[in-house]
Amino acid sequence: MVKVQIWGSLRSMTDDCEFVEVEASTFKGVLDALVRAHPALKEQIDAGVSMGIDGLIVRESWFYPVKPDSEVVLMPLMQGG
Amino acid sequence: MALDEYQKRDFKVIGKRVSRPDGIDKVTGRALYGADFYAPGMLVGKVLRSPHAHAKINSIDTSAAAKLPGVKAIVTGNDWPGHAAGEALMVQENNLAMGKALFDGHGVAAVAATSPDVADAALKLIKVDYELLPHVTDIAEAVKPGSPIVTEGVRGKKVPEDMSDNCTGYCAFGHGDLEAGFAKADLILERTFKTSSTHQGYIEPHACLATFGPDGRADLFCCTQGHYYIRQLCAEILGLDQSSIRVTASEIGGGFGGKTTAFIEPIAMLLSQKAGRPVKMVMTRDEVFKATGPTVASMSDIKIGMTSDGKITAAEALIRYEGGAWHNDTIYPGAQSAFACYDLEAVMARGVNVLTNRPKQAAYRAPGAPQSIYAVESVIDEMCQQLGLDPIDTRLKNAAKKGTKSSYGPTYDEIGLIPLLEAAKAHPHYSAPLGKNQGRGFSCGFWFNFGGETSVTLGINFDGTATLVEGNPDIGGSRASMSMMAAEELGIPYEKVRTVIADTASLGHNEVSHGSRVTFAVGLATIKAARAAIKEMCRRAAAVWGIDEDAVVWEDGFAKPAGPNAGDHEPMSLAEIAKNSPRTGGPISGHHEVTAEGAGVSFGVHLCDLEVDPETGATEVKRYTVFQDAGKAIHPDYVEGQMQGGAVQGIGWALNEEYIYGSDGRLQNAGFLDYRIPVASDLPKIDTVILEIPNPGHPYGVRGVGETGIVPPLAALSNAVSHAIGKRMFELPMSPPRILAAIKDA
Repeated sequence: MVKVQIWGSLRSMTDDCEFVEVEASTFKGVLDALVRAHPALKEQIDAGVSMGIDGLIVRESWFYPVKPDSEVVLMPLMQGG
Repeated sequence: MALDEYQKRDFKVIGKRVSRPDGIDKVTGRALYGADFYAPGMLVGKVLRSPHAHAKINSIDTSAAAKLPGVKAIVTGNDWPGHAAGEALMVQENNLAMGKALFDGHGVAAVAATSPDVADAALKLIKVDYELLPHVTDIAEAVKPGSPIVTEGVRGKKVPEDMSDNCTGYCAFGHGDLEAGFAKADLILERTFKTSSTHQGYIEPHACLATFGPDGRADLFCCTQGHYYIRQLCAEILGLDQSSIRVTASEIGGGFGGKTTAFIEPIAMLLSQKAGRPVKMVMTRDEVFKATGPTVASMSDIKIGMTSDGKITAAEALIRYEGGAWHNDTIYPGAQSAFACYDLEAVMARGVNVLTNRPKQAAYRAPGAPQSIYAVESVIDEMCQQLGLDPIDTRLKNAAKKGTKSSYGPTYDEIGLIPLLEAAKAHPHYSAPLGKNQGRGFSCGFWFNFGGETSVTLGINFDGTATLVEGNPDIGGSRASMSMMAAEELGIPYEKVRTVIADTASLGHNEVSHGSRVTFAVGLATIKAARAAIKEMCRRAAAVWGIDEDAVVWEDGFAKPAGPNAGDHEPMSLAEIAKNSPRTGGPISGHHEVTAEGAGVSFGVHLCDLEVDPETGATEVKRYTVFQDAGKAIHPDYVEGQMQGGAVQGIGWALNEEYIYGSDGRLQNAGFLDYRIPVASDLPKIDTVILEIPNPGHPYGVRGVGETGIVPPLAALSNAVSHAIGKRMFELPMSPPRILAAIKDA
């Protein structure tokens, strides 16, 4: 299981849980599992999210690997100027 | 992408200050900017803009204008085909209003005519029946319940109840027990700060030429930071296949984030489609200020607890960002960045997006970070002042480092903040004496950086030179940097590589030039494309020698047998392999496409000395030093240029720049005479100190450097002014009248 940290304002969609545990081995797998566990997250995930995986900000690569002991943090889609 | 990309090596080309490939074209006028494109039968496109901040458009009568000789097409918001959704719909509505004018300068109709004079005359003949609506342009007013509502029905779901329906978004990031953290503090400070909207101040106005053929295919020439995105927007808005539009990016006279979206291109395409002739549009400076995308304005509440020896025990922020009449997500990076420089046990940053009757915000270097970090760094400085602590030592005590759980979630890998702080502390600038009415300010800064979708092709020419084709407009010296990286890999001189920017029909998709991504991501793809070409060249050499390709290595521009067992063969140069390539299998190219990840976050710290004239309130920056981690500086001149440019734009933001609106909701200073950006004579030499802490996600260790430099100046300047006048400043810009008022209040 991968433990995913949810940012503060999204926690109302995860029953106020800061962490959600999901079965996944990739970036996309984590997103799909999150939506299955908490369908209210779908709107934000469809709008775009990035993910902190073991300290690295992964912007959108579906197949980026996630290990069971990875630190995984859901983040808004990165933007820049 | 993994974090094992970086390999330490000795460079032959990287790190040198080679000649810039665009220099001669730019100083001789040969370079083609957005307004430099012409086509046979070309028409001139112009836009009629709303003189009202907020008004319902009851009707637009274009009949008289249409009868004017020379007028070939007129369009309004009713002519949008109705295909757009999401961001494209907002862009479409921002280009030409759909039922309501939402800000002073909002486009309501556009004309294509045979000359500028005819177009101007036609605009005057268009009759718009406006029904004026209450407006709001000030963020503090817009947040209050009872404020005029910009757009009904878009209130954000999680917005606090005591805020108005103009609040369209809410976010929160953080961890830990704030209450327990504040209980441990010896000093708790709560302060509120305001910043104004500022413009990126690029010298080149937006310009484009759209040519729509009778076969439904179009060519668009424009100045932009991302021509693939412009193609995507135009295709979505006009309901076209992306393959039917070819966009060519011109040279760019500054962008800084402001040219990451479309303000006239969809209009020019629509006019050209309707007229059946090419249409050229060039914004005036007045239009650039009124109808493109300035930064968000902000109002930030900061609360920090600190022990008497300088340890931060808890930190909290509520930032409110105003980004015009449409929702935007700049509060996300604003809130995420606010405390990113620090290792905190208890932290929470919340953000609220607020609508106003102002132009739709666009990105500006590190969007959202300068405003929130300005507020945080100002409070930390005041706490150091009250507790008698050294500002850099206090930051060192709290600085984020490898293993720190960042305020926005992920745990940092290798980062450069502590080495930067140590470099600043040891720098002669920090201990230099100050004169009368002078103050010294210090601030940290942070930005995320990212990679994104990237395609490049590297062709090996028959004469032993190479041509690199990439798809990102060169906004900061990327052609030089890409040529250097290709030359480094291939083992040939820099002068033998030419990098060109492809149009959208010539190369796969490329993300916009933003997010400090280009040197990192396009550089990474360039290196890998070069390695692909090298692999093929080794294969060709192996075939000539009749040995296995694995028995060939590439060194300094030559294919060589890997060892004695591979046979006794003279090294074969790139030029020799290229010359023989038609007979050894055909042309040789390397290609690489990737969604680059692993950009690595970026930190910078700034030191500023300035002097305030107590009689006039005028401020003169006397000395300024930027310290920034570049990972690896591919071309140090360009890295320093980014650091200096960011500092100068931040100085302008801190001291003079602001959008000033009258009570009628109209912008009062839409020009460079009244909107004061710093010029060379206003500034000292900006000194730079580049640190190189390699980014493990890039083969050479590169981190993006384009954005971080604008983050620290706001607080560095504010802290310096506060020390110089003995009165804490809480609002930007610190224009002379505002400083005089503060001095009189002291």
